Amino acid sequence: MPEYPVSSPALSRRLLLTAAGAASLGAALTACGGGGSDGGSTSSEPVGQADIDKAMTTPTELTFWTWVPEIAQEIALFEKKYPAIKVKAVNAGQGTPEYTKLRTALKAGSGAPDLVQIEFQAIPTFTITDSLLDLRPYGASALKSQFVDWTWSQVSGSDGEVWAIPQDTGPMGMLYRQDIFDKHGVEVPKTWDEFAEAARKLHQADPDVYLTNLAANQVAAWHGLLWQAGAKPYVTSGKSDITVSVDDAVSKKLGAFWGGLAQEGVIGVEPDFTDSWYTALNKGKYATWIVGAWGPAFLSGSAKDTSGKWRAAPMPQWDAAKPSAGNWGGSTTAVIRSTKNPIAAALFAQFLNSDAESAKMFATKQFFFPATKALLADASYIGATPAFYGGQKVNEVFAGISAQVDPSFQWPPFLDQVATDWTETVGHSLARKTDTVAALGSWQSRITTFAKSQGFTVKAAP
Amino acid sequence: MPKQLTRPRSAGPLFIAPFMVLFLLLFLAPLGYAAYLSLFQEKLVGGTSFVGLDNYLTAVKDPQLREGVVRVATFFVIQVPVMLLLALLFALALDSGLLRLARVIRLGIFVPYAVPSVVATLMWGYLYGPDFGPFAQLSDKLSLPAPHFLTDSWMLGSLANIVTWEFVGYNMIILYAALRTIPADLYEAAALDGAGAWRIAWSVKLPALRPALTLTLLFSVIGSFQLFNEPNLLMKIVPDVIDSSYTANLYAYTLAFTSQQINYAAAVSFLLGLVIVIISYAFLLTANRRRPA
Repeated sequence: MPEYPVSSPALSRRLLLTAAGAASLGAALTACGGGGSDGGSTSSEPVGQADIDKAMTTPTELTFWTWVPEIAQEIALFEKKYPAIKVKAVNAGQGTPEYTKLRTALKAGSGAPDLVQIEFQAIPTFTITDSLLDLRPYGASALKSQFVDWTWSQVSGSDGEVWAIPQDTGPMGMLYRQDIFDKHGVEVPKTWDEFAEAARKLHQADPDVYLTNLAANQVAAWHGLLWQAGAKPYVTSGKSDITVSVDDAVSKKLGAFWGGLAQEGVIGVEPDFTDSWYTALNKGKYATWIVGAWGPAFLSGSAKDTSGKWRAAPMPQWDAAKPSAGNWGGSTTAVIRSTKNPIAAALFAQFLNSDAESAKMFATKQFFFPATKALLADASYIGATPAFYGGQKVNEVFAGISAQVDPSFQWPPFLDQVATDWTETVGHSLARKTDTVAALGSWQSRITTFAKSQGFTVKAAP
Repeated sequence: MPKQLTRPRSAGPLFIAPFMVLFLLLFLAPLGYAAYLSLFQEKLVGGTSFVGLDNYLTAVKDPQLREGVVRVATFFVIQVPVMLLLALLFALALDSGLLRLARVIRLGIFVPYAVPSVVATLMWGYLYGPDFGPFAQLSDKLSLPAPHFLTDSWMLGSLANIVTWEFVGYNMIILYAALRTIPADLYEAAALDGAGAWRIAWSVKLPALRPALTLTLLFSVIGSFQLFNEPNLLMKIVPDVIDSSYTANLYAYTLAFTSQQINYAAAVSFLLGLVIVIISYAFLLTANRRRPA
């Protein structure tokens, strides 16, 4: 374990910070080197309070890549508490475009920010390349109890590392058009069987209306559905072993279900977030949208014509007696390992998402669905009655769903590849009404081929 | 005398130095680096290793790359003749001096070139929309079947339409400028010999346009084989028609930024560059050979 530099007047502040960064880097690397399923978990030594005090009073500028709109107000709270630290927020694109730029900057060895916004699903894609900083030495572990359990397990590494701090989440529910359901006498489906029946009934009653749209380009929704069904599509152990099972029994059940509905032509399969899709939502072509908890606020902004007609409910269940939920979306704040200011960056990531005022601001100003237990129990938050949903307590519905999300779901260490492969196999089968179960097999083999070419040891589904 | 001879000699390199420096830094250096990268293989697990020409061997046998190259070649065969013919007609019509509002028309045809291709594609993507696009709405009103612009069989044509719309004005300007350089006495001589407007166009203007046409053709070869923006954007609307290897350039991009196979992407790009060089050279050879001695 490297020694931490003692405060000495001979050391300049800059040098001290660099040394502290290097030390923690060394610690993190050690943790990685000793990693593996055999559980050689090396605990990282916490950074001393004196170092923290020193770092937080040294004038520093942090660069933070984020696509959160108007994040200046949350940053202002942090800068008020630590006036020496200035945080420069840069919008480098949302999701994939940001990751592409980040990867390029990391490869180039310069131009990477100190902090990034990163979705839960993308964390392993950046830990495999050793790009994120373990936040344990900076006191992150102490925050565990403040966050909803499944969100914390999503940001935790296999050896207990804390790779990021959860910011917002997307436990999946079903938004539905009460007026369309009423008009055609459709009940809110509680199970997927009822859902399939409702889809047939609705489309028969009005050929211009579909019960839902399962976007043929949206692997995140498919992952959320897998998650709810209890699938474990990607299980990694150590740094080089991965079990891929995207065509196991659970996946095939999903494939037969959704592929069947698509072939019958009773659901839509058009790509989401396109002009056509927005128009369809506004014009009532789709009676439900199965979406993460960020969906309600998003929809009220993009389907204004339909205000007051929507309601929220949990997703239909495979087993009504054992309700479960999946997650779609949500993001975190992570510190890039190459940062020269690890202490300030780590403290910012923690403050931004765990400070009561800052977290509440995200929920009330940016309409993020919270990751903290406190907010999900906050009467003023879950008691909100938006007019878009006819005064229904939508946040309360999704808070209930969040409690049912399985904490053990894992992401692959090469998400972009998996996503493209899904669209070109399973997505194609949905769009073209061909055999979705067979397409799952192609997806499985494409992922396997890619993983092997990248040097992974791939195990098939047990 | 000797002074006058030596001065230009020392000044010459100085004049081209700014160009050469930028050419080296911004063109040759990245090219060299890409060539270097293409000889390695980097894996997520196991790091980087030297593989020699393995990436090129894989690329030559890669069916996705082959399909992409064949597709852009097909696109070239469909789109370029139509576009150049239109550009030629517009240029001749403008040059004939018979059009009213010639300046307005010239500007109107050229304006799409000023629209960024991203914007143009988004606009056409909306127009093509099978549900709520204007063409679909119109045919719905007239109780006609909606046109399927975005299906497998129509897609190349729809892409060709976008690219033609974007670039016909650009090519027209090149041809029009070439027409303006034809000396007026040639026309006078032709008129004295009794040639009409069509005859002049055919026997005087077209031969004079040959170098300009060769140039536009060359640009079109390069542009077609590097087709990227348009399919990349339409992919978001119809992901089941346009996949990530629809064109060769799109495939190289996907390899580099989705699959993180930068080394292989570099090899694919080099091969694609080679294909473009060969085809361009073949065009130049044919054009020069056919030129009457």
